[in-house]
Amino acid sequence: MAINWFKYSSPASFYFLAGKMIPLFSIAATVLFGVGLYIGFFVAPSDFQQGEAYRIIFIHVPAAWMSMFLYVVMAAWAGIGLAFNTRLSSMIATAIAPTGAMFTFLALWTGALWGKPMWGAWWVWDARLTSELILLFLYIGFMSLQAAIDDPRRADKAGAMIALVGVVNIPIIYFSVKWWNTLHQGASVSLTQSPKMATTMLTGMLIMSLACWMYAIAVVLIRTRTIILERERHTVWVGELQGATR
Amino acid sequence: MKPRHKKLAIIASGVTALGVASILVLNAFQSNLVFFFSPSQVAAKEAPIGKSFRIGGLVEEGSVRRQSDGVTVNFVVTDTAKVIPVVYTGILPDLFKEGKGVVAQGKLANDGVFRADEVLAKHDENYMPPEAASALEQADKARKTVLMQ
Repeated sequence: MAINWFKYSSPASFYFLAGKMIPLFSIAATVLFGVGLYIGFFVAPSDFQQGEAYRIIFIHVPAAWMSMFLYVVMAAWAGIGLAFNTRLSSMIATAIAPTGAMFTFLALWTGALWGKPMWGAWWVWDARLTSELILLFLYIGFMSLQAAIDDPRRADKAGAMIALVGVVNIPIIYFSVKWWNTLHQGASVSLTQSPKMATTMLTGMLIMSLACWMYAIAVVLIRTRTIILERERHTVWVGELQGATR
Repeated sequence: MKPRHKKLAIIASGVTALGVASILVLNAFQSNLVFFFSPSQVAAKEAPIGKSFRIGGLVEEGSVRRQSDGVTVNFVVTDTAKVIPVVYTGILPDLFKEGKGVVAQGKLANDGVFRADEVLAKHDENYMPPEAASALEQADKARKTVLMQ
């Protein structure tokens, strides 16, 4: 059985598909956040050098991962929208930006709260921290540029350019701790090496990351639906939808 | 070539060109982006002279001495090849320990002593319960005694 994928690239059919998926991802996010936080606070042991203070890792690392990953996804959708002129892809990119910015801010904020007691400083201008701050500016730049242009299709194109150019920052953030001397420590979890943390700690962190994924998908779908309604407000199907709810 | 494929090719080559450009720029900046210098780099005169900079390394075991005023501390930063003596007046971070990572900002005086005005602790990427850490330490000690015999 062949699925007609192009059916769902039309904003109208995606609107209804997304509406069905949102509750599933919201429930998954709630359950996973519950389990992850429980493991993080009560099951995972304290750390040999940082004691209980390390527990902020259960928010900090998932947020930092999401900030980078969402940027790549956003740039990819924006790029697809630019190349193939598909309206829905650009709408998804626009919908991802605020969530990405939120996770970037969360990573920086929890990092500052963690840095003060452990390193002795809220903030230092090392390569990892600085490149993550640039990521926040890229998200804000993308959002402000799109907000500044009235015609949505032109806003999509301009936004796509800034999103694609900003992608070079992602490997810089990721490898900054390898390429340069930084105050920030190296990666505890990577694809090439076995994880450098106790198994329960790692489990909690991965569950929290999964929870952040589910949350991000749910929120992006909700936001995409809003954008679809806004941009398609003059179409017949949105008119019918309004008639049905009235 | 269809127009949309052409468009995709233009975007792809644009991103690639930008990537190559940034790799070249980063390569050129390599030496300027360091957050701290290691004692070996300082010994090789790579660190700026007469200006404030940061040194980083491990606090040498048994080198921490507190002076009689209670707030001035002497210690030695090592990268296991070269060492730099450091003097610092102020509050040390909790994670400041012998054998652990440290980053200090200050100036290198003519007598070769690094006068720090800020000391930060640099911890590593390992997280484990204290029991596991002490088990590892025991195993390490046992291995060393076996090797010495």
